Amino acid sequence: MKAFATLLDRLVLTPSRNGKLKLLADYFRDTPDPDRGYGLAALAGTLDLRNIKPALLRELVLEKLDPILFQYSYDYVGDLAETIALVWDGGEKDDTTDEEQPRLGEVVTMMNSLGRTEVRAAVRDLLDHLDPSSRFAFLKLATGALRIGVSARLAKQALSDMSGKDVTEIETLWHGLGPPYEPLFAWLEGRAEKPVLATPAIFHSVMLANPVEEGDLEKLDPEEYAAEWKWDGIRIQMSSYGGTKKLYSRSGDDITGAFPDIVDAINFEGVVDGELLVGGTMRSNSPTRTFSDLQQRLNRKTVTSRMMDDYPAFVRAYDLLFQGDQDIRARTFFERRERLGDVIDKAPHDRFDLSDLVPFSDWDELDRLRIAPPDPVIEGVMIKRKDSAYQAGRLKGPWFKWKRDPYNIDAVMLYAQRGHGKRSSYYSDFTFGVWAETPDGEQLVPVGKAYFGFTDAELEVLDKFVRDNTVERFGPVRAVRAEPDFGFVLEVAFEGINRSTRHKSGVAMRFPRIARLRMDKLPRDADRLSTLTAMVEAREVQPPSRSE
Amino acid sequence: MKPEALLHPTPAGLFCPIGRFHVDPVWPVERALITHGHSDHARAGHGKVLATRQTLDIMRIRYGEDFCGSEQAVEFGERVEVDGVTVCFHPAGHVLGSAQILIQKDGLRINVSGDYKRGTDPTCASFEPVACDVFITEATFGLPVFHHPDPKGEIGKLLTSLKQFPERSHMIGAYALGKAQRVIRLIRDCGYHEPIYIHGALAKLCDYYVSQGIELGDIRPATLEKKDPDAFKGAVVVGPPSAFQDRWARRFNEPLIAFASGWMMVRQRAKQGGVELPLVISDHCDWPELLETIREVGPSEVWVTHGREEALVRWCELQGIPARPLHLVGYEDEGD
Repeated sequence: MKAFATLLDRLVLTPSRNGKLKLLADYFRDTPDPDRGYGLAALAGTLDLRNIKPALLRELVLEKLDPILFQYSYDYVGDLAETIALVWDGGEKDDTTDEEQPRLGEVVTMMNSLGRTEVRAAVRDLLDHLDPSSRFAFLKLATGALRIGVSARLAKQALSDMSGKDVTEIETLWHGLGPPYEPLFAWLEGRAEKPVLATPAIFHSVMLANPVEEGDLEKLDPEEYAAEWKWDGIRIQMSSYGGTKKLYSRSGDDITGAFPDIVDAINFEGVVDGELLVGGTMRSNSPTRTFSDLQQRLNRKTVTSRMMDDYPAFVRAYDLLFQGDQDIRARTFFERRERLGDVIDKAPHDRFDLSDLVPFSDWDELDRLRIAPPDPVIEGVMIKRKDSAYQAGRLKGPWFKWKRDPYNIDAVMLYAQRGHGKRSSYYSDFTFGVWAETPDGEQLVPVGKAYFGFTDAELEVLDKFVRDNTVERFGPVRAVRAEPDFGFVLEVAFEGINRSTRHKSGVAMRFPRIARLRMDKLPRDADRLSTLTAMVEAREVQPPSRSE
Repeated sequence: MKPEALLHPTPAGLFCPIGRFHVDPVWPVERALITHGHSDHARAGHGKVLATRQTLDIMRIRYGEDFCGSEQAVEFGERVEVDGVTVCFHPAGHVLGSAQILIQKDGLRINVSGDYKRGTDPTCASFEPVACDVFITEATFGLPVFHHPDPKGEIGKLLTSLKQFPERSHMIGAYALGKAQRVIRLIRDCGYHEPIYIHGALAKLCDYYVSQGIELGDIRPATLEKKDPDAFKGAVVVGPPSAFQDRWARRFNEPLIAFASGWMMVRQRAKQGGVELPLVISDHCDWPELLETIREVGPSEVWVTHGREEALVRWCELQGIPARPLHLVGYEDEGD
């Protein structure tokens, strides 16, 4: 437990991705089986551990500590698991040695073998035998959320760093394996052959597209590419083999349980890549509904029949990776698509359709189509090389996404806050505002916050401006000069904008970032709040676009 | 005599009307007894100052030659008469020169412990329990959540991190008086003998500690002739925490911020401060040490000066020891 607890303590406070990878790889290398496998499962969200109710923990701690002293402590710390981890020893010095602490594997096995009446005594005993940091780790695992900013993907990347094996290969195996992943580690360390998967209907890493950037398309021959509409749903993968049918999200999460309407309708064997949407398929001649309708069906473990009636889901197929058990990813996009067409043609018409190709003769024509798509649920076009193989990851060249343009406004820097980690000596988080009519006259009102988009050299400029023009300080935050004729104008780009009751300005932006420093402009030239509200109103006619 | 007649809180700090002196006054007074050199306890501008030699030296280093009207040095255990009140200084184990001040009159003994800790610290004399009627204690870490681990284990975390991230400069935030020197000494005692680089604000106090016989090994100024991103690659740098948010910090290679403080026990505190490697090293008592000290000293009454006094007062009540908070203002946590 100690090694895992130490890892968690470090991960929580390590902002950089590389730092996290290093910590994870070292943990996987230095920790023995099966502990590291359970640690991996905990990080990747695949650990099955008996859940403990916070109420039980509270009762246990109050057996030992005066309720008023507990309350003072809880008020100070603010997190129940952490409070209990810290106060458990009460007035005694902690004298737990690392050697006598139970191991993570032992804890998992023990917890999962307990009868209902044994839990209380077992948890009490366990807390007595762990040091504060291990108690914290245990309590976080047993009450649910780790929240340490590590995704399953990052954990797999660390396995790849540790072993030199390709992360795609790990990803391919991943969903066929389970904790404590001993065959996986044996293979990663070169002690055994690659594990053979028992479940065929596993997730295969998806192929991603790069955004079209300035000058990209001029170099490409439109003849060699095909285009499809980019639908605003969620990218999924259907995997069906030998009677096992699964639906996965783009990142490999199993979402089968939430979409029985789709899974039950699968009548083919193979692996299909597509977009999950709600509404009707094209061949059933009913409209595709918006992303906010789709959201009703997302992030649920189960679904009611009422939900399925009100928000029927379907899949618009993009690609075929496996036909039956035959891996066809190395074949061309066009060949795969032809086979996909056959599969979808025989599949239930109300649940599956084939994504249309968009005919075009040159990039200008495609640009016009992209700007004015025929359906409001389209958020741009995908451009795919006709001869491209299906390769996991985000390779530059074979596939592009060309979305509707981001929104842009000119805003004025109002507050700046120091960054974290590498940026802790820089003011790198900026709150910006636009002009609005207020009871006190025309004023700048905050509308958002951005902390990326600029280069290191631009950050030097921004930081210097903040330091030289601070008018007030609130802890780590500084207010800067922002007057009609003096201040810093920032061009802010963002993907979408919605109404918000949580923000004073009444609007909230999606993915705002600093596109350019407008040193050529004065704050008086910045945009007005009415420009933003007009954007919101325009969007309410057109559904929101979302980044991939 | 009632204890309040001998010593009671005033806005300037604890005051003894019979001896006409204050203890650790927060603004200038006629006569001041100073427990230790942290700036919230030892301020400049008093008329007469009575303190240990080391505390007086530290005040001189921090405030200059004319930090007070006149000074008088006192040895540990030496009894000094101040207008009919007997005072006696005992080691507090907080920082170099830190003392508890025992105030006696007509058989009544009040001990002002100042800031103190019970853990071993090679950079100052260890705390001595002093029998008294009224024990005046701080409560900086006066909550059951605070358990300071073995400081060597914390330094172990630092040494592990240096191995894991050999390219990053490890910047340890530590307050200039006491904590910085203790951390450097701990690092040495854990077997690290590479040069340690220090911020300019630490130089004089480190020199003073060395002159008092506390070995700190090879310490060098963290200064640069010209910009060189590789200069402090993998080095240990110690400085006041405030400096790490300053432009000063940019000379270091991918700095990894560590902070040596008792506050680092609580994760959220570390996270808010942008600390990547919290080192729970404190110059104050943790909760078990506070309780242990009160039990050991066995006072008939406990007064709590500053910190989280309500929890400690509550605990005393549960033990049947009369206790009250003094609500003194002006004492921050500079020492931690």
